[in-house]
Amino acid sequence: MTLTQLRQQFLSGQSTPTQALESLASAIAERDSQTKAYISYNLEEALQAAAKADLSKPLGGLPIAIKDNINTFGQPCTCGSKFLAKNYTSPYDATVIRKLKEAGAIPFGRMNMDEFAMGSATENSAIQLTRNPRDPERIAGGSSGGSAASVADLTAYAALGSDTGGSIRQPASHCGIVGLKPSYGRVSRYGVVAFASSLDQIGPLTQSVDDAALLLQTIAGYDHLDSTSVNLPVPDYSATINDGVKGLRLGIPAEYFADGIHPGVRENVEKCIQLLESQGAEIIKLSLPYTSHVVATYYVIAPAEASSNLSRFDGIRYGNRATGASDIIDVYHQSREQGFGAEVKRRIILGTYVLSSGYYDAYYTRAQKVRKLITRDFTQAFEKVDAILSPVTPTPARRIGVCSENPLEDYLADIFTIAANLAGIPAISVPCGTTAFDGAPALPVGIQIMAPNFGEAMMLRVAKAVEATA
Amino acid sequence: MSNQHIDVSYVAKLARLDLTPEEVGTFQSQLNAILEHVESLSSIDLPNDLALDDHDHLGPMRDDTPLPSLDPELVLRNAPDQAQSQIRVPKVVADA
Repeated sequence: MTLTQLRQQFLSGQSTPTQALESLASAIAERDSQTKAYISYNLEEALQAAAKADLSKPLGGLPIAIKDNINTFGQPCTCGSKFLAKNYTSPYDATVIRKLKEAGAIPFGRMNMDEFAMGSATENSAIQLTRNPRDPERIAGGSSGGSAASVADLTAYAALGSDTGGSIRQPASHCGIVGLKPSYGRVSRYGVVAFASSLDQIGPLTQSVDDAALLLQTIAGYDHLDSTSVNLPVPDYSATINDGVKGLRLGIPAEYFADGIHPGVRENVEKCIQLLESQGAEIIKLSLPYTSHVVATYYVIAPAEASSNLSRFDGIRYGNRATGASDIIDVYHQSREQGFGAEVKRRIILGTYVLSSGYYDAYYTRAQKVRKLITRDFTQAFEKVDAILSPVTPTPARRIGVCSENPLEDYLADIFTIAANLAGIPAISVPCGTTAFDGAPALPVGIQIMAPNFGEAMMLRVAKAVEATA
Repeated sequence: MSNQHIDVSYVAKLARLDLTPEEVGTFQSQLNAILEHVESLSSIDLPNDLALDDHDHLGPMRDDTPLPSLDPELVLRNAPDQAQSQIRVPKVVADA
C-alpha cells in the first residue's frame, strides 16, 4: 500500500495510524529477520504519536522509516558504524525530521546503511547485512539499503535516505522501488551526519512516484541552519505531475548506453524510452563527453570531504572512546581504529592523501575543475532537452560478497549515478521492468531521469509517465 | 599529477588512524589501484577559461551570528566521560 492510499484509508476511517503501525510491526516480525532492513525501531513511542495523530495534516499519522544517519530526537543514530552503535542518542531533530513531524508524520524505524553512507551494497554496515527482498542472495544496494529494502519488503510504507553518489537511486533500482535525489540545496542537510558535504542530499524512497512527490513537497525548502540550502520557492509538485510527456524533449546520452551494460538492462530502458516516444515525447540523442571521468572525479572529491567531516569522530564528545589510551592523541588513534570499518578507513586515508601538502593541486584542484566540466556538459545538454534518461546501474543487483576484495569494481558500478551529485542536479530512479541475470530469473531494472537544477517538477512528470508504462 | 604511490602508514598517521600491519598491506594495494584510476584526470586538457573561486574550495559561508545551542545536558549524555558538566578527557599536556 502506498502512502497516498494509506492516507485515504485514514481519512475514510478504514484504518487508523495505530492499526498501520501494528500492521508494520507484524510485517517486520514476519520478514525482517531475513531482510534485516531495520537496525532498530521504537514501537511504543510511535504508537504514542499515532494515538495523537492529526489527520488534517498532509502526512497525518503516516509512519516514515528513516536512514540511520539522520538525527531524530531521542533516537539512536548509528550511521551503520561501531563508532556510534552504543551510547549515542540524538539530542536534536534534523530539519527533515522536524518538517515530517510538523506535517503529521511519525518517524518510525532506523534503517540499515553502509557505514557513514560509504558503499553501494550495505555490505559495509558494521551492524548487519541487508538482503534484497526480491532475491535474498543479492545485495539490496546501498548505501540506503535498509530504506530501500524495507519499502520493497512492505515493512515500511516509505523511507528517507541520503544520496552522495547514488545511494538513494541505486538501491531503489535494485529493489524495484522509486528513489529520488533532489537538487543540491533543495532539501536541508542539517542533521544528516555529513559524508561529503558538497554532494550529500536527503531524499525519499517510495512505492510510487506520487509518494516521492508528496514526501519531497514536505521536506524541501530553505533552511537557515544549512548554508548550502537554496532560498527558492517550492513548486506544487502535484499540480503538474500528471501532465504527461507529450511535447517534452528527452535526451539520451550515448555514453550511458555504451558497452558494458547488461543486455536486459538496456532492453528494458530502451523499451521504456520507446513507450515515452509513443506518448508524444521527442527523443533526442546527445553526448555528455566527460562521463568517463565522473568516477575518478568523485573518488577524489568525496573522500577528501569525508576525511575532513569524519575528523569529528575522535572519541572525545560522543561515540566510541578507546580505554587504556596513554594520552589524548592516543585516544584519537585508538578510538578511530576500533570504531571505523575498512571502507571508512580506506576513504579517510585516500581523502587525507589527496588533500595533503604537495598533492592538493594535483588531485583536489584538478578534480574540482573536471567537476566544472562535467557540470558544463549538463548545462549545455539542458539547453536542448527537458530531461535526460539513462539506466541507473549497468547491471541488476549482484550476488552478496562477490566484490568485497576489490572496491574499485564497486566504485565503477556507480558510473551512471555519480554525475548528478557532481553537477548538483535532481535525479530519480523509477522501476521499468525486470530481467534475468546471473542465475536469477527476474531482477528489477530502474530507469534514471535527470533534470535541470531545481527541475524536480519536470522530473516527476516524466517519472509518472514512466510509472504508467511499467 | 604524480606517479608516486601512496605511503599508507604515513598518511594513516596524518589521519589519526592506527592501522594493523594487515590493514596497511591491504590498503596499499587497493589504494594504489584506485589512484591509478584517478590518474586518468591528469590526461584531460583543461580549458584556459576554467577558473575556480572560493566557492569551489570552501562552499558558501553563513553569517557568523550566534544562535541558541543544543541543551548542554543532552549533549553531555553522549559524552564517553564527563564530570562537573564538562567532558572529561585524558591528559592533554605532555610531561616536562
